Amino acid sequence: MATYEPVIGLETHVELGTNTKMFCGCPTVFGAEPNTQVCPVCLGLPGSLPVANKAAIEATIRIGLALNCSIATWCRFARKNYFYPDMPKNFQISQYDEPLCVDGYLDVDVDGQTIRVGIERVHLEEDTGKTLHIGGATGRIHGATESLVDYNRAGIPLVEIVTKPVAGTGQLAPAVARAYVTELRDLLRTLDVSDVRMEQGSMRCDVNTSLNKPGEEWGTRTETKNVNSLRSVERAVRSEMLRQASVLDAGGSITQETRHFHEDTGDTTSGRSKETATDYRYFPEPDLVPLAPDPAWVETLKAALPETPRARRARLQQEWRVSDHDLQSIVNAGAVELIEATVAAGATPDAARKWWLGELARRANNDGVELSALAVTPADVAELQQLVDAGKLTDKLARQVLEGTLAGEGSPSAVMAARGVEVVSDTGALTAAVDEAIAANPDVAAKIREGKVAAAGVLVGAVMKATRGQADAKTVRDLIVSRLS
Amino acid sequence: MSDLTRMTAAQLGAAIAGGETSAVEVTRAHLDRIAAVDERVNAFLHVDAEGALAAAERVDADRAAGRAQGPLAGVPIAVKDVLTTRGVPTTAGSKILEGWQPPYDATIVTRMREAGLVILGKTNMDEFAMGSSTEYSAYGPTHNPWDLGRIPGGSGGGSAAAIAAYEAPLAIGTDTGGSIRQPGAVTGTVGAKPTYGGTSRYGLIAFSSSLDTPGPCARTVEDAALLHAVIAGHDPRDSTSIPAAVPDVVAAARRGATGDLSGVRLGVVKEFSGEGAEPGVSAAVREGIEALVKLGAEVVEVSCPHFEFALPAYYLIAPSECSSNLARFDGVRYGLRAGDDGNRSLEEVMSLTRDQGFGPEVKRRIMIGTYALSSGYYDAYYGQAQKVRTLISRDFAAAFEKVDVLVSPTTPFVAFEFGSRTSDPYQMYLADLYTIPSNLYGGPAISVPVGLSDGLPVGFQIMAPTLADDRMYRVAAALESAAGVLTPPSL
Ligand SMILES: [Zn+2]
Repeated sequence: MATYEPVIGLETHVELGTNTKMFCGCPTVFGAEPNTQVCPVCLGLPGSLPVANKAAIEATIRIGLALNCSIATWCRFARKNYFYPDMPKNFQISQYDEPLCVDGYLDVDVDGQTIRVGIERVHLEEDTGKTLHIGGATGRIHGATESLVDYNRAGIPLVEIVTKPVAGTGQLAPAVARAYVTELRDLLRTLDVSDVRMEQGSMRCDVNTSLNKPGEEWGTRTETKNVNSLRSVERAVRSEMLRQASVLDAGGSITQETRHFHEDTGDTTSGRSKETATDYRYFPEPDLVPLAPDPAWVETLKAALPETPRARRARLQQEWRVSDHDLQSIVNAGAVELIEATVAAGATPDAARKWWLGELARRANNDGVELSALAVTPADVAELQQLVDAGKLTDKLARQVLEGTLAGEGSPSAVMAARGVEVVSDTGALTAAVDEAIAANPDVAAKIREGKVAAAGVLVGAVMKATRGQADAKTVRDLIVSRLS
Repeated sequence: MSDLTRMTAAQLGAAIAGGETSAVEVTRAHLDRIAAVDERVNAFLHVDAEGALAAAERVDADRAAGRAQGPLAGVPIAVKDVLTTRGVPTTAGSKILEGWQPPYDATIVTRMREAGLVILGKTNMDEFAMGSSTEYSAYGPTHNPWDLGRIPGGSGGGSAAAIAAYEAPLAIGTDTGGSIRQPGAVTGTVGAKPTYGGTSRYGLIAFSSSLDTPGPCARTVEDAALLHAVIAGHDPRDSTSIPAAVPDVVAAARRGATGDLSGVRLGVVKEFSGEGAEPGVSAAVREGIEALVKLGAEVVEVSCPHFEFALPAYYLIAPSECSSNLARFDGVRYGLRAGDDGNRSLEEVMSLTRDQGFGPEVKRRIMIGTYALSSGYYDAYYGQAQKVRTLISRDFAAAFEKVDVLVSPTTPFVAFEFGSRTSDPYQMYLADLYTIPSNLYGGPAISVPVGLSDGLPVGFQIMAPTLADDRMYRVAAALESAAGVLTPPSL
């Protein structure tokens, strides 16, 4: 395995979060009843014509700018011709040799190294409908007894982001692929152009992989489709590297083909061979006028770009004074925004990090959900910490209160009020409990009086029991010692 | 009241507005005429008598209520079956769309309805507007009212014949390479192709998107201009539609009708004035030019050296675009579906549907276009044709530095007999020899009757710069004032 160098490339499709479709006024809401968000244009009815959505063009230009691309001053849409029932016109309006954005890059951090992933192009196209094949064993079109098509998705603006080949990353290649897609996803989220939900298909990835011996020409590549989670991106590259290496080790050669990734097994299987590549007969879309974004407008968009996630992480690392390793843990846990918001709500960076990466990360892990999906807000966490700092909650009590918040019982203060949870700080009540404990344990009291302070633990336990745990252990200990000195 | 079917659209509009007749009476008269002659002419694929009478009643009610109406309110019109009409069958002359009822109106149909025009029905055409004779209609050819044994031109032969047979005073055509003008020429009627982008294509079933242009058909230039004014203008649903004001074509036509063309420079296209046209056609066109000179026009011969490549360039560009535009007819969503017996695969059903649904000329062009766009051939064919297109546009631009309009025959030959050109596609394609350059360039062009050759009408073509549609109407109306309006033999 170590005798091969991988070269990878990624093609990412992102559905834009515009209110309307790419070439008509239909809404783009996910999950509507089939074929309810359609019109003559997105159904490709005879006579209908497309009109380009300016919001989608703007979003694509912003993506291009954020990826350090050059923006075309003049470009055209093109028709990609092929027959498939989920494509109403049997051609897709896409871009071919004149993409809107070209030649950029995205820096990603892997294992303490910065790797610059080149961006070949960013272009705009329309999504297809969705076909559901009924009957047959595979759920694929072959062998199906019936095929149903939902055109709600047809015509949703889709941005394709294609990397240049990424070489020289060696065994880090799978991690680089994952880091790139993660970074891209965070960037798109920051730009607020898409909800980038891989599980819903609003962000989809194809991964190209090839192997070559060091110093030799790049090998034949395969294209792995159906890679629908960050984890799968990494696994798909790794699995394809291993498979190709074993083929090459055995003296075989790699077939240029499309392969399908299987989430359950982590393997890829052969799809259609690319040897008989489809001729898409691209030509400029005559129903649309060329796009000529005004350079002044592009400059305005550029000036208004938000801070990139990477720049933001660097800034936060300084502000929070955390190590590279700690920052990586925060990023991996998806806690950057949460901690930032918790700090904004008044908590110290350390405290915010302690809660989100500690108790809450455990909880999210147990429930199998993202941190951000927990029923607790950064404001709740900040409030909880303030209650601890003010001595109203012990750490142990705070965790109980958090349970209540997570269970939907309200903010920490609301949970405290409802559950009657509070540190017993009324020294009158506490002194009475201490005196009672001393009276009940004369032997222990004597030892403490003799200076054996370590024996105080027994009395502390007794007091805690009497106050049902709602006293601060240190306060109790101090009180016992002072009563007996 | 004289025979309502013999009146011009302008006269009918005035008579309805003046209360001398009603929209319903006018509509009935035309429906009766259709019932009487269309069995022989076959201009209509679908007559919507009920819809027409309902529309006419609304016009009459509006007038009774004193609501403002345009000059064509209550005037009947025939619409080429390539434009969508909500709830009314639209076939584009093809089996593959038999029975399809569009859920929406084309933009120009909406504009006609708003202007009070009464849609009588849908007219016959060569399948998907590919042809010059209507012989490629899946529903049988239309017959030329001048001689029922001859073609009425194409693709819009149904619209032109409907007007020439007095079945309608007005009609809508679409012109991709001459489909309005050549039928106008061979039926002795007026047919205008507006500037590309001057009339909306939304709802026009596409043949060749970069060339298709809807436009008016009428018996007089003024009527054509009145209809042009109704349908033209920017449409946000068509991004190739031009966001510019429509020139006042009606005023231009009326100005031309005064017969004064002093100061107007006519360019005679050298490449189109030699051999190529039938002698009778050339002679009639020469007489037309002389008539215009008598009205004060100057004549200049201009050379457009690239026009000779227009026909081959067109027969690469139009088929290329059509091969893609017609891909959607696959039986999955609408229209014909063949062989869906539960045993065939989706691919087989799609393929069988297209095999049974399309006629021979459509298949020929889909194959030419598919080939021309193929990887490895694109540059040599489609790419090269686009370069020719640019050169032709430059020829026009250079010519319009020297002259105001260009003139030529509309088509090289008068109406030919059925079957005389179907065996050799190239002989059929020659019908569009003189009309295609304006499509490639995008400028407006009109065909006006200029006389007869062996008893059959000859068309005179006037081409103008893009957006100067008014200029061609002025010259056309002047020619009409000299040459007169042709009256076909009664059926
Ligand atoms: Zn739509």
